[in-house]
Amino acid sequence: MNLAIRDIRYNKGRFILTSIGLGLLIGVVMSMGGIYRGLIADALSILNSTKADIWVVQQDTNGPFAESSRIPEDIRYRIALVPGVAQASPLSFQTIQIERMGKSFRFFLIGFDLSESGGPPAIIAGRNIRQKHYEIVVSKAMKMEIGEQIRLGLHNYTVVGITGKMVSSSGDPAAYVTLADAQDIQFKKENNAIRNDRERIGAKVAELTGYSPAQSKLLKQNIAGITETTHTINTVVVRLAPGANLQAVQERIRRWNHFRAISDEEQAEILVEGMIEKARMQLGLFRIILLVISAVIISLIIYTSTIDKIRVIATLKLIGAQNRVIVSLILQQSLLMGIIAFVIGYALILLTYEKFPRRIVLESFDLQALFAIVMVICSIASFAGIRKALRVEPAEALGG
Amino acid sequence: MYAIEVERLTKIYGRGVTAVAAISDATFQIKPGELVAILGPSGSGKTTLLTAIGLINEPTHGKVVIDGATVADEGWLPGLNLKRLRREKIGFIFQAHNLIPFLTALENVMIALEINQLTRREAKGRAIELLTSLNLGHRLNNYPTALSGGEAQRVSIARALANKPKVILADEPTAALDTENGKNAMILLKKLAVENHSAILVVTHDHRMVEGFDRIFEVRDGKIISEKRNGVAK
Ligand SMILES: Nc1ncnc2c1ncn2[C@@H]1O[C@H](COP(=O)(O)OP(=O)(O)O)[C@@H](O)[C@H]1O
Ligand SMILES: [Mg+2]
Repeated sequence: MNLAIRDIRYNKGRFILTSIGLGLLIGVVMSMGGIYRGLIADALSILNSTKADIWVVQQDTNGPFAESSRIPEDIRYRIALVPGVAQASPLSFQTIQIERMGKSFRFFLIGFDLSESGGPPAIIAGRNIRQKHYEIVVSKAMKMEIGEQIRLGLHNYTVVGITGKMVSSSGDPAAYVTLADAQDIQFKKENNAIRNDRERIGAKVAELTGYSPAQSKLLKQNIAGITETTHTINTVVVRLAPGANLQAVQERIRRWNHFRAISDEEQAEILVEGMIEKARMQLGLFRIILLVISAVIISLIIYTSTIDKIRVIATLKLIGAQNRVIVSLILQQSLLMGIIAFVIGYALILLTYEKFPRRIVLESFDLQALFAIVMVICSIASFAGIRKALRVEPAEALGG
Repeated sequence: MYAIEVERLTKIYGRGVTAVAAISDATFQIKPGELVAILGPSGSGKTTLLTAIGLINEPTHGKVVIDGATVADEGWLPGLNLKRLRREKIGFIFQAHNLIPFLTALENVMIALEINQLTRREAKGRAIELLTSLNLGHRLNNYPTALSGGEAQRVSIARALANKPKVILADEPTAALDTENGKNAMILLKKLAVENHSAILVVTHDHRMVEGFDRIFEVRDGKIISEKRNGVAK
């Protein structure tokens, strides 16, 4: 006969309540693991959907996500010529914050070349961008309708398609436009602003002495060119030809073109280690604290329930019950409480994770590890109770 | 062979100046199937005597032999498995019925059998049989809180008898019952002692309850001061 289960059956209410309480705690621990995994998944979401082999960025930067990187667009043609490169696609990234329905609304805008890679990974409604201008594909999380218009920079853009769960490394939902549009949005200012800039810089230059009139005229023209140029991108993503050697291609790009060529793997490392490390430590610390709290709570519950059962334990000893009968009564209750709390915590996350503002990813390895930890905690937590129980004298069963 | 033999049994609580001899120099033998009462006022050492025989209170001096096996001689004999001896040879009944609150009447009896290596099925069969013979067939699935005092005491009698022990020790088994129920419980014990051929040692301070016992010891201040046989002074 299993005494642990009989006792629980008899004291159902109390047991369920404590298990729910513990379940909430374990649910929080679980969600923290899920948040961490979610952070990684978010951080890598654009990286993974781009399916690049090499990320070419501005020299000496960890771009384009962890640091800003600016490179001229025409570099793409030179990179495409590097032996071993199958495809070199320009991409531009920018974070946009606009007012929408009276609220400020942030998203991550990706500009891609229609004929190259780096566009939306999957269209779940509508279609991909077809025209060179004024079309936008938004991710589902932006909650926009197909046909809806959104004003970015100087123009209105029409939502033509919805893509799945794409977010930037900081968790903002992603949207896609053509590279030309992205550059427009990023760099094209109103004509008046441009004219002002040009005049202002031109006037400054004209004041400089030591230039011949011809030189200063040339300078003025070039300045006009600079202030108007929009042909800047953040990265060129490279796909290698079959059989090409990654390191050799990286080395070529580095040496010939003076850019940094980051492999996809290194990029993932930069994103995870550089950007998430702190969050990971923070969450890790919280989880440890919560697990310690759980351990203390379970110990207290098991200890007090042992104290409540002193007479029962004394009676069992008196009628000759073996120590294992008494130890398993306490240990099994502790483990059962852990199991039920774990299930409650898990159910809680399953019911609510859609509602978390950031992605929660529950990995089965994490769940198994947490389950093992909870079981270990329950075993350790029952030590005090078991020690107490083993010291109970059978004579304590006597008397009124 | 005797079921219980006690020779110059002495139990001293505490040390030095605070030492109290709760029972001193008790000597007697009880045969299997004999029904013996220990009568005495509160604090006279009855419980001490019973628990020393019951292997839960180590005697300071003297000898205790249960069912032919010496268990104490100037303290426990070394190497004894007291728990095993208790569950195989001794049944306990107390004033407060001491049933396990989270087990039903049936389970309270079954547990005593299961810890004594009976299978669940055997235990259940024997427990039902026993409880039914004690008129508790309709109470099998009730928890102790739902039982009357008399019913609870009968369940604990069933538990004490479950393993057919050679020795049954009862400490004030009727104290929590009214006279009617108390007398019935005693009649039951007598009947069972005869049926099971167990020695039954009952402690009580209520002389009305000892009617029909084979022998009655009277204790005062830790000493047996008289012994009556079938109501006749020895
Ligand atoms: N564990 C103990 N420690 C010290 N003294 C005790 C202990 N148990 C009983 N006594 C003392 O021993 C004497 C006999 O007690 P007990 O055997 O319980 O008597 P009874 O059961 O007849 O009332 C009493 O004076 C009591 O105070
Ligand atoms: Mg007493």
